[in-house]
Parts: sequence; structure tokens; C-alpha cells
Amino acid sequence: MSTLITEELAELPPLAPPVVEDEPEVVRRTRPRTSEDDLTLVGSVVGSLGTSWLLYEEVLPFSGKFGFFVFWYLVFLAFYAGLTAINRPRAVVVDRVVTSLVVAAPSVVALALGSTVVTTVAKGLRALVHWNFFTSDMSGVRPSDAYSTGGAAHAMVGTLIEVSIAVAIAMPLGVITAVYMSEVGGAAAKLVRTVVEAMTALPSIVAGLFIYTVLIRNLHFPTCGFAAALALAVMGLPIMARASDVVLRVVPGGLREASYALGAGKFQTVWKVVLPTARPGLATALILGIARMVGETSPLILTSGASTFMNWNPFRNPMNSLPLYIYSAVSSGEPRYEVRGYGAAVVLLVIVLALFLLARLVARGRTRS
Amino acid sequence: MPGPPPATSGTTLRGPVDDEQDVPRKIVAKHSAQDRVFTGSVTAVGMLVLVIVTSIGIFLGVQAKPTLQHYGWGFFTEYRWLPSQDIVGIAAVLVGTIEVAAVALVIAFPLSLLSALFVSDWAPARLRPTLIRLIDLMAAVPGIVFGLWVLFIIEPHATHVAHWISEYFGWIPLFKVHTDVHYPIWNQAPGYPSYEGSAFIAAIAVAMMIFPMATSVMREVFSEAPAGEKEAALALGGTRWSVVRTVVLPFGRSGIIGGTMLALGRALGETISVILIISQAFKIKPNVLESGTATISALIATGYKEATPAQLSALLTAGFVLFLMTLLTNTVAAVIVSRGRSGAGTEI
Repeated sequence: MSTLITEELAELPPLAPPVVEDEPEVVRRTRPRTSEDDLTLVGSVVGSLGTSWLLYEEVLPFSGKFGFFVFWYLVFLAFYAGLTAINRPRAVVVDRVVTSLVVAAPSVVALALGSTVVTTVAKGLRALVHWNFFTSDMSGVRPSDAYSTGGAAHAMVGTLIEVSIAVAIAMPLGVITAVYMSEVGGAAAKLVRTVVEAMTALPSIVAGLFIYTVLIRNLHFPTCGFAAALALAVMGLPIMARASDVVLRVVPGGLREASYALGAGKFQTVWKVVLPTARPGLATALILGIARMVGETSPLILTSGASTFMNWNPFRNPMNSLPLYIYSAVSSGEPRYEVRGYGAAVVLLVIVLALFLLARLVARGRTRS
Repeated sequence: MPGPPPATSGTTLRGPVDDEQDVPRKIVAKHSAQDRVFTGSVTAVGMLVLVIVTSIGIFLGVQAKPTLQHYGWGFFTEYRWLPSQDIVGIAAVLVGTIEVAAVALVIAFPLSLLSALFVSDWAPARLRPTLIRLIDLMAAVPGIVFGLWVLFIIEPHATHVAHWISEYFGWIPLFKVHTDVHYPIWNQAPGYPSYEGSAFIAAIAVAMMIFPMATSVMREVFSEAPAGEKEAALALGGTRWSVVRTVVLPFGRSGIIGGTMLALGRALGETISVILIISQAFKIKPNVLESGTATISALIATGYKEATPAQLSALLTAGFVLFLMTLLTNTVAAVIVSRGRSGAGTEI
């Protein structure tokens, strides 16, 4: 049968090479790029490097690494465009130039972010390798003392207490307000939504100044951890309410209607349908809100006062926190204290990263189940 | 042969007997006790939050009155901030705030736009979720960390860049530095401004802060660009850039503007990285590369301690002005984003 067909086909002009039955068919990989494209790219990189070295370092009166990089990039763009223009239409030339720009921008940012993390860790490591950094406070320790004494334990405890109080205030209020805005509704809820959205614009320093004026200046509260926690809560409440509202609003209305159609009441619908559906998104939004609170420095400058000693009581005496510890360490101008500040910055980064991973983990739980 | 059209049957539909008018039955929904308690308590919390949040806003606004009584309208035109002589005004910090935010935007906007395009249209699909997560993670990096980075890593290089710009473009008032450009950077003539602690260098840190926010708003809108239109543009022989230019960018215009405005709102209020970097000087000047500037947030953070009650209310008024600025930009941004073509419902 098959031989017959092959014989018949043989008389026709060959359309395609006959399929040899022995070899299994392999899907031919189509490449959007040809080797000529690759060579053009490599050629322009190498050529521009050489040219810009010659011009920048030897001919023109410039110097500096940054300048060289910018100069090289411009020369590279010109070379790449020129080489492409030899045998490609203008549209392709423009496309390649834009692609070079679009690839360069995130690379620059990634470089900056990577450099931020690497330099922070590299500088802070000298203080971090001493275990006492995590167990001691700075009482009786001079800024210039060796890393084997003193630490940032008081700042870590302070951050933990302040953020916990702030979250305990802001999170329930924020989530319930979001439930009110999206589930109860009505004209008043619209007003609440408008006002809450407006207050997300409140700069954190202004929230700090508000608490400082009311609590510390007018009510003669001492500067303490509780004041700082309140300032963080004032800043975080609108952020959390709004983030939760956004999450609750994307719960499909069909689910609510199905719940009502089954005879469930409002509370049952919210408790058993809306909140469980929104739980992963809600958790993510709230954890990211907490991460923002942990890293916030400016309201703390005004409200908590920077102590050098361990303080477990948020209502009495100043309470230090990680961002404040970093701030005072860096503004001290004492190199050893600065290094301690970098160590605290690494701890802060690790906390934020841990919260972030937690948020991812919670969000992933939904797609699996 | 087509025949005559079939005659429509002459039966007329008769409605129900019209003696009684149809009246919609009134449905009275009676909520259960549980629901009433739930709605009531949730509403109470909502109202509580409304009262708290509104009173903060009103408290800040009310402070303008004693400030204006004490310092007069000159408060907005006086540029000096001399608490010891009780000469206080916010003209310089207002200009400084806008300068820092504007320069930060100039740095962050192209980076954000191109990065958002990279994530939405250039990056391989496998990499996309990772990139999105990285941008979110960057948004969570504390501002003080970027402040440290710029202060110790970037500033030594940035001063060279500032020097170079002022040397060749100093004839533009924006880039002028009132010093002899032929002096080396590390050895300025005494009494002349240097290149350190300028609005430009502070803006680098602020740009790092606002980049993730602007990028994620833009990316979200770009990724909603209609796939059909993109494919149509590709089928017409378009390159990737021409697809982006004709479909993605026009579609995402609201996201570009809105994301930028949101980032601007954030940049105006950024405090800690700015305090770390700038050398505070209360002068109105357009020279962003020159040492010395001041922003409202930095003023609050440095001036709150020694403030007399009148000066404290002046600080609160300055904070209120800052709040109004961020509020305005955020509101405009929200309106622009919501007006965009996107907005697909999520109903099942």
C-alpha cells in the first residue's frame, strides 16, 4: 500500500523529501533569531567596547567608570543600529534599538538592587558574626567599642513589640472596615471608602507628627514604644483597610449570590464564603502591610525615643527599634557604630524577606488546593 | 419559484384581563438577628474608623489657623526657618520637596516604563512571575536601606556625575553649581557649596523607593492589553516594538500616567532616605546638583524637638500641606487609572 503511493508520488515533481520511515519524526525547532542576528549583536558589543575604550580613555578628556559605561552603551546602540541597517528594514532597526533599551533598564535596576543587598550584607557581616549582636543591648557600650560587646537585641525586641501592637490595632480595624466597605455597602460605606483612600496618602512622617503632638505634647505621654506603635497604626490602618478592600472586591459576586440562593444570611455568607475565598489574598495583603510597617523609620524618630538599653515595657521609657537603631548608628559618624547599623539593616532585610516569603507561601496554598 | 410570503397568522395575543393593575409585590427582607448584629457591629467599626481618620485630617487642617494667626500669610512665602528668631516659613521646603520628587521621577520614570514593558512584553513567559515577585519584594525594602546604599556607595560616584554635568551644562540654571567647576570635587574652596548632599543625590534614593510602585502599576495595565489586537498587529508583520507602540502603549496610557502620579505621591512624602543624604539648607534655588536643600518631611523630622507650640502648629501645617499635595496626586492618579480602557469585571 505504502509502496504504491510512493511510486505514484515519484512521478510528480517532488514537493518534499520523502519521509524515511526508519527515523522518527522530530519537530524542527524554529528559532526566531538567525545566526546573523547573533553575530550582529556580538559584533556590536565587541566593536563598541573597543571603540569606546579608544575614544573615551585615550582621545576625549573624560574619565570615570560610570562615564565609560554610559559612553559604551551609546556607542553600542549606534553600532547595533548601524550594523542592522545594512541589510534590514528600518522597522527592525528601531525594534532592536528599543529592545536594547528595554533590556538595559531592568538590568540597571537589578544591578542597583543587587548592589544594595550585597554591600549592606558585606558591611554588616563584621558585626553580625558576633553572636552577642543578637543577645546584648548597647547599655554601657561605647559606639567605638569592639563588635564582641554590645548588640541590637533591644532594637529587635522593640521592633517586635511596636509592630505587634500596631498590627493588633490596625489589622482588625482595617479588615472589619474593609468588610464594611465591600459587604455592607451603602452611601456611608462609599464615604468611608473615599476617606480611607484619601488617608492612604498620609505621609508616615505626618502620622508620626500627629501622634507626637497629641500624645506626647498635649497629653504629656512619655516617648515610648506605645506612642510609636500608635503612629505606625495610624499610618498602617488606611493601608491595610484599602488593601483588604481591594482583595474582598475581587471575590466574584456569583459566589455571594449562590450563597444567598442557598438561604444563607449575610453573616454566614461573609464568614463562610467571602472571607475563606479571599483568605490567601487577604493574608498576602496584610503581610505586605506589616512588612511596610517593619521598615518604616520616620514616625519612630518622633515618637519612640532611642534608647540604648533593653526595654520590654512599651508604656514606659524610650524603646529602640531596628530602623531607629540604623538611623542613629549611621548618623553617629563612628565607623564601628556604622557597621553595627549595617548589621541591623541586614536583620531588617531578613525580616522583610521572611514576611515576603510567608506571604508567597500563603498565596500559594490557594492554587494547590 | 418563491411564492408569496406566508401570511402571518392573524391571531392576536391577548394579555391578561386588564381589570386589575399589576402591582409589584413588596418584598420585605427580614434579616435574622445574627445578621442584624453583624451588620450593626461592622457598621459601628466602619464609622469608628471614619471618625478616627477624619479627625486626624481635621486636626491637621485646624492647625493652619493658629499658624496663620501667628505668622500670617507670609508663612507660605517666607523661605527661612529660624526657630530661634521665630522666623518660620515653608516656601523653601515646598520648593525643595517638589524638586527632590521631580528629579526622582525623572530618574525613575524611564526605568519604570522600560522595566514594565520588559516584564509584560519582552521577558520569557517562564521568567515573568519571578520578575513580578522581585519587583514586589523591592517595594518592601525599607527606605533606610536604600538611604544607606546611596549615602555610602552611590554618593562618591554621583558627585562625579554631578560635577561633570555642571561642568558642561552649568549654563542651564538647573545644573549650575555656585562654585568653581575647575576645583577638584574633594577639595572645594571653603564657603562654596560642594556636590554632596544635593537634591539630585537624595532623589536617587527616592527613585529606588518609587520605582517598584510605578513599575507594578504600569505592568499590570500593560499585561491587560488585548491579546487579539497584539496578535493582529503581529499578523500584519509588526515587530515587537511596533506591537507595543500601536497596541500596548495606547492601551496602557492610563496606567503610565496613573502609576507615575502614584509614585510622585510617594516621593513627596519620603523622609528617611532624604534626611540621611541631604545637607539641610533653607534656600529657594533651582540648582538641584548643588549641596543643600530641604524637604517638608525632613524639616518635620529635624525640627519637631525644639519647636515651641506655635512652631509645632507651623510644622503640622507644613505636614498638612504635604498631605494635601500627596492627596491631590493620589486622587488624580486614581481617577486616571480607573478611567482607562481596562476594567474587566470579575463576575462569574
